[in-house]
Amino acid sequence: MSDPLNLLNEKSAKYSGPDSSRSVGWVVSRSVLLADEENPLPLDCGKTIAPVYVEYEVYGELNEAKDNAILIFHALSGDAHVAGWSKNADQLGRPWLKNRPGWWDDMVGPGKAFDTKKFFIICSNILGSCYGTTGPASIDPVTGRPYGLGFPVITVGDWVRLQERLVTYLGIKRLYAVAGGSIGGQQALEWALAYPDRVERALIIASSPRLSDQGLSFNVIARYAIRTDPNFHSGDYYGGSTPDRGLSVARMLGHITYLSEISMQNKFGRKFCNGAGPGYHLGVDFEVEGYLRHQSESFVERFDANSYLFITRAADYYDASLRGDGNLDQACQSIQCRTLLVSFSSDWLYPPEHMKELALAMSRNRKHVSYVNIPSSYGHDAFLLEVDRLSHVVKSFLEGGTE
Amino acid sequence: MKMLKKSRWDHDAIYEIIPERATVLDLGCGDGELLARLIKNKLVLGLGIEKDIDQVAQSITREVPVVNLDLDEGIAGFPDKHFDFVVLEKTLQVVNKPIFVLNEMLRVGGSGIISFPNFGHRLVVEYLASTGRMPITPALPYQWYDTPNIHLFTVRNFLDWVGANNVRVIQGLSTIDGMVNPFREDDDARAEEVLFVVSSE
Repeated sequence: MSDPLNLLNEKSAKYSGPDSSRSVGWVVSRSVLLADEENPLPLDCGKTIAPVYVEYEVYGELNEAKDNAILIFHALSGDAHVAGWSKNADQLGRPWLKNRPGWWDDMVGPGKAFDTKKFFIICSNILGSCYGTTGPASIDPVTGRPYGLGFPVITVGDWVRLQERLVTYLGIKRLYAVAGGSIGGQQALEWALAYPDRVERALIIASSPRLSDQGLSFNVIARYAIRTDPNFHSGDYYGGSTPDRGLSVARMLGHITYLSEISMQNKFGRKFCNGAGPGYHLGVDFEVEGYLRHQSESFVERFDANSYLFITRAADYYDASLRGDGNLDQACQSIQCRTLLVSFSSDWLYPPEHMKELALAMSRNRKHVSYVNIPSSYGHDAFLLEVDRLSHVVKSFLEGGTE
Repeated sequence: MKMLKKSRWDHDAIYEIIPERATVLDLGCGDGELLARLIKNKLVLGLGIEKDIDQVAQSITREVPVVNLDLDEGIAGFPDKHFDFVVLEKTLQVVNKPIFVLNEMLRVGGSGIISFPNFGHRLVVEYLASTGRMPITPALPYQWYDTPNIHLFTVRNFLDWVGANNVRVIQGLSTIDGMVNPFREDDDARAEEVLFVVSSE
């Protein structure tokens, strides 16, 4: 759900260039057809979809036993480019990828928490996104035109079903681990529930078995802003003016939910852009205004409004307890893997209470679960920024028991 | 059972007391060492609750399931008699609500195992009486201002609670002059540390 572009504009001290021994180096994304007319992907809404192309990246080496693979999931606006430096950014038509390494580069690489010297890391772009996997901007084979709002309403379960096809395509029977933050964490949870015999470990970070009504409400407003943009044209805007204003409002709102009161205060402190005092106008006057404006402007250049609609809807619908007829304890019964749950103390979008609830539900089922609440002032974005503490527990979990 | 006292004598005693394949909740499990041994050697189904995040990480490294919660809120999340044993290894004196934790221990556990430093120990009492200052002893090594022990109590205090709540003492151990002995009624001034196995049944 977070911006891979480092929200606080803080250049990470850990950024490692493509030549660094801590970087996976130059990487090229791949694409594979995983559903066609003969073998379409069944969806939770009752429909099927084909063709489905999936864009993904891999780092490290798959060992001979094929038992060292870790599948990582991105959040709302993320992509398959988790780590390293994109070599085919221009071919993909995504020049912004050249400016910085992948969105979890601090966590994925040689010697890092997800150690590419030991593990084979896979990340794919989710169904409905706009970064190489089939989504609303793709051509609907029935009409010969972009799907737009004709794209089926997708779910976290659908994403995972498609990922299972990718894992099978790569010849992997059992994943060493699945891992993700935010709605990426929900995908990890869904993997543990849907494919219990194919996952050994699940890392669910800054996430929740279901979004609260408060969290859901932000998505409602985001979608409303997009759909009421005069350029929206019922989602049929491809080739013309795009609903940038609506998408920027959605993004600005999102940013607020990813931060915390204290992290915003630390960053902006009510400072004025001119460094002095009020300019007595209604334009951008506070630094926080400039920040939100800047973030949203760069976002509309790289994201598709229709994808924002469908992905937030999938996040709204996710409710792990539905696997147990509304009872989370019952839903957790099918889990077989070891699970690590991580929350961050100041995250109010996916609050620690939700992870505590999940931890206790799994514990009551006598599942092998550990839960850590990391103290942080960064809010929801902590899963991208609290690198040291997060790395420590992730490494403990992935490589423990070897003493 | 008479053995030489080691620094974590209660650790070893608890390890011996818990039978194979038992279900165990360790409240304040620290670095998870006890549970790791129980899980590995006695095939125990264990869970730790621990407040300190660095200790939690160490437990995770040992592949011990552990949840990073306050003991009070953690234990309340379990149904009655969910565990065969609930362990409070030198933990009761550091919790905010000791009576709540004791009652919850009896509720969720078939048996409770509690060890604690005895504030009624002769040396402790003499230290206070002779120096007028908060006692510092091998079992209570902290200064008044940095001690985690916010609810110190004596063996007598504990046995008063036992008596008032129809709690059954199944087993008792005490350390006296460096030796571990079965607990006797008149040990209250001699025991440095004690361990009790209790049950509400």
